[in-house]
Amino acid sequence: MLPSLSQVIAEKKAGQPPTHSQGSTAHGTPMGMPKIETRNLNFFYGERQALFDISIQVPQRNVTALIGPSGCGKSTFLRTLNRMNDIVDGARIEGSVQLDGTDIYRPNIDVVSLRKRVGMVFQKSNPFPKSVFDNVAFGPRIAGLTDRKKLGEIVESCLKRAALWEEVSHRLKDSALALSGGQQQRLCIARALATDPEVLLMDEPASALDPASTARVEDLIFELRRNYTIVIVTHNMQQAARVSEYTAFFFQGKLIEMDRTDQLFTKPKQKETEDYITGRFG
Amino acid sequence: MTSATLSAAERPSLQKRWSLTTLKEQCIRLVLFCCALLSVATTAGIILVLFSETVLFFSQVSVFSFFGDTVWQPQSQDNPRFGIWPLACGTFLVAGIAGLIGMPLGLLSALYLSEYASERSRSYLKPTLEVLAGIPSIVYGYFALVFLTPYVLQPIFENVFGIEVGGFNVLSAGIVVGIMIVPTISSLSEDVLRSVPRGLREAGLALGSTKFDVSVRIVLPAALSGIMAAFLLALSRAVGETMAVTIAAGSQPDLSLNVFRSIETMTAYIVMVSLGEASVGSIEYRSLYVVAMSLFLITLAMNIVARFILRRYRNVYQ
Amino acid sequence: MNETAFSTDSQLAARHRWGRMFEWACAIATWMCLVILAIMLIGVVIKGWPHLNFAFLTHFDSQIEPETAGIKAGLWGSFWLIALTALFSIPVGIGAAVYLEEYAKPNWLTRLIQLNILNLAGVPSVVYGILGVTVFGHMFGLFGDWPREPVWHLPFGDKVLTGALTLSLLILPVVIISTQEALRSIPASLRHSSLALGATQWQTIRYQVLPASLPGILTGIILALSRAVGESAPLIMIGALTYVSSTPGNIGSVSDFFTKPHGIVEAPFDRFTAMPLVIYNWASQPDDIYQSLSAAGIVVLLLVLLLMNTTAVVVRQRFQNWIRW
Repeated sequence: MLPSLSQVIAEKKAGQPPTHSQGSTAHGTPMGMPKIETRNLNFFYGERQALFDISIQVPQRNVTALIGPSGCGKSTFLRTLNRMNDIVDGARIEGSVQLDGTDIYRPNIDVVSLRKRVGMVFQKSNPFPKSVFDNVAFGPRIAGLTDRKKLGEIVESCLKRAALWEEVSHRLKDSALALSGGQQQRLCIARALATDPEVLLMDEPASALDPASTARVEDLIFELRRNYTIVIVTHNMQQAARVSEYTAFFFQGKLIEMDRTDQLFTKPKQKETEDYITGRFG
Repeated sequence: MTSATLSAAERPSLQKRWSLTTLKEQCIRLVLFCCALLSVATTAGIILVLFSETVLFFSQVSVFSFFGDTVWQPQSQDNPRFGIWPLACGTFLVAGIAGLIGMPLGLLSALYLSEYASERSRSYLKPTLEVLAGIPSIVYGYFALVFLTPYVLQPIFENVFGIEVGGFNVLSAGIVVGIMIVPTISSLSEDVLRSVPRGLREAGLALGSTKFDVSVRIVLPAALSGIMAAFLLALSRAVGETMAVTIAAGSQPDLSLNVFRSIETMTAYIVMVSLGEASVGSIEYRSLYVVAMSLFLITLAMNIVARFILRRYRNVYQ
Repeated sequence: MNETAFSTDSQLAARHRWGRMFEWACAIATWMCLVILAIMLIGVVIKGWPHLNFAFLTHFDSQIEPETAGIKAGLWGSFWLIALTALFSIPVGIGAAVYLEEYAKPNWLTRLIQLNILNLAGVPSVVYGILGVTVFGHMFGLFGDWPREPVWHLPFGDKVLTGALTLSLLILPVVIISTQEALRSIPASLRHSSLALGATQWQTIRYQVLPASLPGILTGIILALSRAVGESAPLIMIGALTYVSSTPGNIGSVSDFFTKPHGIVEAPFDRFTAMPLVIYNWASQPDDIYQSLSAAGIVVLLLVLLLMNTTAVVVRQRFQNWIRW
């Protein structure tokens, strides 16, 4: 039997009291300076509009989960936050996305330095066909770091933060493709950490993993929230309830509701949200 | 009456039995099988023909002088000598220059097509590049002899560097063969580069890579073995290239690395003997088969290694 | 937190500069090939311009009056060569491809045949020339030393038939590989639905699979044949002429097909030359007029190739509008 969502939330509250004490506005959006803010964001693939008028505030040093049925635009939205959609032919955007108050779609923005600050972990783990060490060291290296000792320190600290150091410390020279699925995904997280980002975007990072590996990745996300702003897309509501402080519900390319996770799952304000989390569709 | 109302005895039996239809099916299958077998027969024929004459050749000329002698003068009446090195040297010199020209051009254009060009420009650039592969080699030879040597190579090297460039020279042949193999390299390499999963490119970009970092540090290393295979296949084409080399580099067997002089490749030698009056069964005529055998073995080895690498590469990212 | 000092703005700018330079290098490499192609074509047309007229197509080669020389013998020689090559290679090539794609079980023999075809595609054309001259040209000397008086037409010697058989073997791997690709692009559902209606395997192939894959097969065949048109080394090796003042079967115009029908039977056993050989012969003469004749010959050869390739493209698009998956 799966625990009910409210059980999950109650357990989380008891075990891990929220580290912040910001209140909520009437709309359920957090107060204070948001890390990322989108205003009236519309997104198009050619003629087809994929996102409609999304305005959202992502709070600093928190985990924000994006949930919704598949095809609702949550992954597309995630990819607008570090401009990964730029590489898709015919992608077009309206409205603004601000990182620390700077519009990242301004023409003079350098996407390379943007993506260094806003890292990303993908649904399918995608380690480079290189050694474990070279995978983690890739980001610092392309940024111009050549000092072998310093690279070693970064690799070690990132692997430790990704809770992978114990398992791979003795085989840093082995091919990353030889690791298990769960290890590969944590390696990808470590690799993303090595560029020292402020924001981590995660696109269903655990969907291809077995339950044990999923638990480890979730623990890791919960740990990382102290230092990073994390936005995670998931189709698994249990997971959203377990790891996130805030949850946004997307449906048919629109943001239906965003609130503190416990609020959203226990007292949703919108009919669609309630239908979704009670399993009436999706 | 429909079949459903037939009694058990009247219904067509499902048992296999001989009829004209099944006989016809079997015959067709057999004929088609023979068509496929013809390719094996071709290979067998090539090996048989080359091998039998090669054996006869080596009964007259020792293997040691074939691989040990450095002079190739089969026509000589009083002192015919059959050292393969001058011909091998010519062949590899042309293939080497062709590689130096064709490999960078082919690889860079493959990278351009797969990583940089928009879908639209790719749709016309790629077929236009393939045109280069469709032009007969005699045209390349003519171009080298009539345009490249007198209007480009001779002015540059004679006026600027003071080096004498012959009307027939290895350099012009190597350059045109290099251009000829560009489409082979670029289209094979492009396939290989495109088969590198999109996820790796996205991971690279998400880590703050420029497109250059993605192309050179991620995609290229991931595709390296496949690209090596493309190089090998293209070089084996350069080794087997005949008419362009015969026209542009002439027929002067010479063991030297001077690229401004005439030389003779294995293929050119075969053509020159065929044009001449060597009678069937003579030692000169048999030398044709030996040279062809060497050529066949060299290109076969390159092809087999390349196919092997490609197959292993495809297993990594299927 | 690790230090972020390893990436400064100036370093980033340098990386972008590198990236742009590299992109330029790639673009230049691609365009350079196209520019060379253009120079080659334009140069040949300019050089051959004085001879590019209709008389060039209808005159024989002439060593006494090179001004009036034409490529008639080569044109008709190439015509017969390609017609016969098509006759031999198309049925066999399609047959082999159909066997490998539709009938063959994935066992060692199939793998051997497949690998063998791939390797044959990489064998240099001179090796095919040697095979042709030995097998078709003098038939291993079984009928006595060629060129002694042959038994009926055996061995074929240096005749059109020898050339066509040799070229057929040469392009066979290409025909097989491209036909296999065309067959592979036909969805399995088409075969299944036909088989489910009680059609035999051959009926399925004959009435469903082959018609559906026809555009792909035709394109591949035309491209393979255009390779045969430009081939010269194997023809030199079987002893084809480079200078000749007659056409195979003495058929020198379309009307001759009707006025001299016996010529059609004789043509395969006639001596011949082909366009690339005429071009080669002219290109190896020292006089400038021959160079320009050679260029004119190249233009004609390229036009023939262009015609064939355009046909391939048109055929493909025509049929593709009929069949959509």
